[in-house]
Amino acid sequence: MTKNSIPTTVDFSKNVKKHEAEKSSENQNKKYLRYIFERNCPGTTKKLQQKTVAIAGLGGLGSNAAVALVRAGVGKLIIADFDKVELSNLNRQHYFQSDLGKKKTEALRDHLININPDIKLEVHNKKLEPPDIIKLFKNADVLIEAFDSADRKKWLIETWSKNFPQKPVISGNGLSGMGHTKDMKVIKAGQIYFCGDGASEMKMGLLSSRVAIVANMQANVCIELLLNGCYTQDT
Amino acid sequence: MILINDRDKIDWFEGMTVRDILNKMEYSYIMITVTINDEVIIDEEYESYIVPDNADVKVIHLCHGG
Repeated sequence: MTKNSIPTTVDFSKNVKKHEAEKSSENQNKKYLRYIFERNCPGTTKKLQQKTVAIAGLGGLGSNAAVALVRAGVGKLIIADFDKVELSNLNRQHYFQSDLGKKKTEALRDHLININPDIKLEVHNKKLEPPDIIKLFKNADVLIEAFDSADRKKWLIETWSKNFPQKPVISGNGLSGMGHTKDMKVIKAGQIYFCGDGASEMKMGLLSSRVAIVANMQANVCIELLLNGCYTQDT
Repeated sequence: MILINDRDKIDWFEGMTVRDILNKMEYSYIMITVTINDEVIIDEEYESYIVPDNADVKVIHLCHGG
């Protein structure tokens, strides 16, 4: 048969076999889900599966941090954003061509479930305001601050800190430009953990690698806090 | 003595406020987060919060996200 020719007969038995194979594959998937985390650091998976992390903002920081946390085995995420996926997001955010025009919350939800179908997700498609932080995120063990603008970061950090003084908030702070990997650091100020270079400005532009470094620094600090209750300060 | 950002030291005086520290250090960033001995201090408290001697002060400049 040539590439563009139309078959004159259809072999339905192929479809039946395919369906049976899919059903069998579904069962196999459930059986093998527990093996997703087989290569995790020993003793981490059960602890992480009991934990809840809230993520405010699902851009370059939030989407990449969410993926890292789900891959690590965190049991539940509360994710919030009001935006839709645009072409200009694809240079650094965890979205794809097929997501264009979709709500970020819904696109990311699909990607996270595609990694771990057992992940528990609470999804809020809205522009967050200070009262939302208390209402929507109160059950989270840790908050990942992943907003774009500095003024929104400020009220988010302060609202969280004043209302939940015992719970950590991990902020992405300074990720623009290129290179300067050694400038990336974590600064602890009470319950707040600032990840990034702490200096770069948006006008320098945003590159995938630097954004992903900071997002994964946030996830890394989060995982350590969830497992050990403390962060190992760099020396 | 007050330690700022694990690096700078300034002399403490009775009644010192957060605003006094910011002025002394000549911080010009508009968007900052301040903690005193691990407690977050909001803008409205900069003039009224009295900083104790030997306080551990963090003044963090907030940058854009991504």
